[in-house]
Amino acid sequence: MEPVLQGRGLGKVFGAHQALQGVEIDLFPGEVHALLGENGAGKSTLIKILTGAYQPDAGTVVLEGAEVAFRDPLQAQAAGIGTVYQEVNLVPNLSVAENLYLGHQPGRWGFLNKRAMHDGAREVLATYGLEIDVRAELGSFSVAVQQIVAIARAVKLSGKVLVLDEPTASLDRAEVERLFDVVRRLKDRGLAVVFITHFLDQVFAIADRVTVLRNGKLVSTQAISGLSRTDVVRMMLGKDVVFAHAPAMTEAAEAGPALATFAGVGKKGSVQPFDLTLHQGEVVGVAGLLGSGRTEMARLMFGVDSADTGSISMGQPLTLRSPRQAVAAGMGFCPEDRKVDGIFGELSVRENIVIALQAKLGWFKALSRDEQDDIAGRFAEALDIRAANHDMPVRLLSGGNQQKVILARWLAIDPKLLILDEPTRGIDVGAHAEIVRTINSLREDGLALLVISSELDEVVAYSSRVVVMRDRAMVAELKGAEISPQVIVQAIAAQEGAAP
Amino acid sequence: MKLRVQRLITPQSIALVAVLVFNWVLFPGFFSVEWKDGRLFGSLIDVLNRGAPVAILAIGMTAVIATKGVDLSVGAVMAIAGAVAATSVEGGLSVWAAVPLALVAGLACGLWNGVLVAVLDIQPIIATLVIMVAGRGIAQLITQGFIVTFTDPALIYIGTGSFAGLPMTVLIAAALLIVTTLLVRRTALGLLIEAVGVNRSAARFAGISALSLLLLVYVFSGFCAAIAGVIVAADIHGADANNAGLWLELDAILAVVIGGTSLLGGRFSIPMSVLGALIIQAMNTGILVSGFPPEFNLIVKAGIIIAILILQSPVASRLFKRA
Repeated sequence: MEPVLQGRGLGKVFGAHQALQGVEIDLFPGEVHALLGENGAGKSTLIKILTGAYQPDAGTVVLEGAEVAFRDPLQAQAAGIGTVYQEVNLVPNLSVAENLYLGHQPGRWGFLNKRAMHDGAREVLATYGLEIDVRAELGSFSVAVQQIVAIARAVKLSGKVLVLDEPTASLDRAEVERLFDVVRRLKDRGLAVVFITHFLDQVFAIADRVTVLRNGKLVSTQAISGLSRTDVVRMMLGKDVVFAHAPAMTEAAEAGPALATFAGVGKKGSVQPFDLTLHQGEVVGVAGLLGSGRTEMARLMFGVDSADTGSISMGQPLTLRSPRQAVAAGMGFCPEDRKVDGIFGELSVRENIVIALQAKLGWFKALSRDEQDDIAGRFAEALDIRAANHDMPVRLLSGGNQQKVILARWLAIDPKLLILDEPTRGIDVGAHAEIVRTINSLREDGLALLVISSELDEVVAYSSRVVVMRDRAMVAELKGAEISPQVIVQAIAAQEGAAP
Repeated sequence: MKLRVQRLITPQSIALVAVLVFNWVLFPGFFSVEWKDGRLFGSLIDVLNRGAPVAILAIGMTAVIATKGVDLSVGAVMAIAGAVAATSVEGGLSVWAAVPLALVAGLACGLWNGVLVAVLDIQPIIATLVIMVAGRGIAQLITQGFIVTFTDPALIYIGTGSFAGLPMTVLIAAALLIVTTLLVRRTALGLLIEAVGVNRSAARFAGISALSLLLLVYVFSGFCAAIAGVIVAADIHGADANNAGLWLELDAILAVVIGGTSLLGGRFSIPMSVLGALIIQAMNTGILVSGFPPEFNLIVKAGIIIAILILQSPVASRLFKRA
C-alpha cells in the first residue's frame, strides 16, 4: 500500500535553534499513527509543516506520491489534510450546523438554505454516532462534543489525513472513549489519523504505529504491537530513568526552620483548603495531572488569586491580594505559561531580569544602567543564560534561556521562597538538567522551593517532600523513602477513599 | 543623557527635514526668521508655536499609548479646561487661581478615565470615548452655551506672549517635554510603563502595580490636555466649547504613531512623539504658506502620513532587510 502522506528529510530552523532535522514520516490510509515526544521534541513543528502552517527549510512533503508545498493550512486542508487542535478553534456562539458549514454554506439563489444545512449537519454527525440539536449553539455542548464537531468539519473538508493535536487533554474518561470510537470509525473509512498525546495509555489503546521524536530528530517509527510501555518511555527520554531520590533530603529539610505556613488556604471553585508548611532549604514537589488544582494552588500562594479561606504567615501574618504583596514578603513565581505571564517579549534580556527588583524598589529608586548591567551580567552568568548580548529582546532567546531569565529575575530580589510552575516545560532536554541542577543548588543556599512538575523523575530527584493534587484537593504528602515515581503515580491515580 | 549624531538620524527626523525642505522649495521665505518687537517671527517659529498644543497632547498620549491604551478624550478635555479658565477669570478670579483650576479639571477628567480603565478594566477606546462625547457638553454647561471671551492680560500672555524671543507656548511645550522625558527616564517609570504595555499579565506577576501606573498615565494625559486647552483659549482670548481642540486627539495619536510608538504598547519615546507633532504642523504650515487652497491640506497630509506609516510598517522593514 502507498502512504497517503510522507515527510522526507524535513528540517526547520528558528533563529539558532534547529527545531527539526532530517525527520522522515509515512502515513498510511486506515492507520492511527501516534506522534510522541517530550515538550520541545519537535512534534508541533513537524505537524505544522505537514499541515502547511510552516514551510520546511529542508526536505519535502509528499501527498499521494506527488511533492507538495503548501503555502498555508487552508491549502493543505483543500488538498485533504485536516487538523483539530486541543483548543477547539470553531465559533462557540454559532450553531453546530453553522460551524460545520462555515465558509461552505449550502445556498439557493444567494440565500442560505438553512434546512439543507441542518439536514446535512444531522446526517454528517450521525455517522459519528452523535445525535444532537444541530441548531443549538456549539458553545452549549461539552468540549468532547465540540471536538467531534471539529473533527467532522475537518474530515468533511479534507478527508484524507486527520491530525489530532492533543485532543484528549481536557476530556474525561468516558469522553475519551467516545472520541476513540469516532477515531476508529474514521480509520475504517480509510483515513490516516495522526494522534498526538502525552497519555501513554491512550497510545496503546488506539494507535497502530508510533513515531517518536527527540530534540527535533526522529528516534524511531514502530508498530505498537511490538513495544512495551518502558520501550516507549525510553525512546522518548533517550535514557533509562537516571534520577534517584535521596531519602536523607527529607530529614535535612525538616530540620530547617519553618519559613512559610499556609493553613487551610483555599478558594471556592479553585482549590479546596490545604495545609502546607515550607522550611528553609527544602524543595516541595507538587505532582498531579493537568486540572488537578496544582497551578491554582500556586496562584493562591503567590496572591495571583485571593484565597477566601485560611491564613498565611511568613514570620508574620500575611494577607495576599496581589503578587506585589507576595513579592514584598520575599516570594518569587515562575509561571507555567512563560509567554503569557512571564516574559516581556519586546523588552531586553537585561530589563527582563531587573524588572521585579525594580518593581520592588518602587518608581523613584531607579536602578542605574550600570547597576542593571551588573545585575543582569551576574545572574546571566550564574544561570548560564546564553544570549548574544543583554540588550537583545528576550523573545529571541530559546525557551530554556527565557525560563532562566525569569528565574534570574526572581533571584535578583534575593527571595526566600520560590514557586516554579512547570519550570522545564517546552525546553530542550539539556536545559532540563541545568534547571534541575539549579533547583538543587538554590535549596543548598537555603531557599524554600515549591516545584510543580509533570516530569515525575525530576520531581523525585529534587524534592524533599512531594504533595499530590487530585480533583482540586491535596490528597497525599509523601516523605523520605515513599518518594518514588510508582508511589506518586498510585497517589495520582487512586480512586476516592483509597488515597494513602 | 548621551546624544550621538547617529541617534538623531531616524525616519522621523528625516521626514521632518524632508517636509521642511519641501516647504522651502514651495515658499523660499520659509526659513527666514526675523527679530521684531523683542521676539522672533517667521514660518519656522510659526510651526513651533502652532504645533505646541498637539505636541503637548502627544506627550501625555505617548505615555497612555505605551501602556497599550489610547486617550480619545483629550480634545474635549482641552475644551473643558479652556472653559474653566475663561469663566474663572471672567468671574473675577486671578490668573493664578484660574489656571490651576483648569489644570485640576484636566486632572479630574484624567482620573475618571484612569479609574474606568485601570479599576473597572474597561477598554481604553470606550472608556475615554465617554468624556470625548460628554466633555463638550460639560464645557458648554460651564460656559452656559456662550463663547466666553476675556481680556485678562496675564491669561492672554500664556497664549500669545513671548519670553527671551520665543513664544510662551513653545517654552511651555519645551519645558514639559524636558521635565517629562527626564522623569520617565531618570526614574523607573519609563521601564515600568513599558513593561505594563508589553505584557500586563507578566507585569502583575512581576509585582508591578499596573493599576497605579495606568491611573498615573491617564491623569497625566488629562493634565497635558488641560495645559493645551488653556494655551488654545489664551491664544484666541476666549473659550469655545464646541471647537476648542476639536479632532486634536486624532492629531495627537497620529503624532505618537509617527514618532514610532506602537499602538500595541511597549517601547515609547516622548521626544519622537513631539517630533511627530512638528512634522504634522510643518505640513499644515507649509500648505498654508505655499498658497495652496487649504482644502488640499487634509489630502496632502493624508498622503504624507500614509508614506511615513508605510515606511514604518513591518512589511517595509522586512523588505529593507532583504535588500
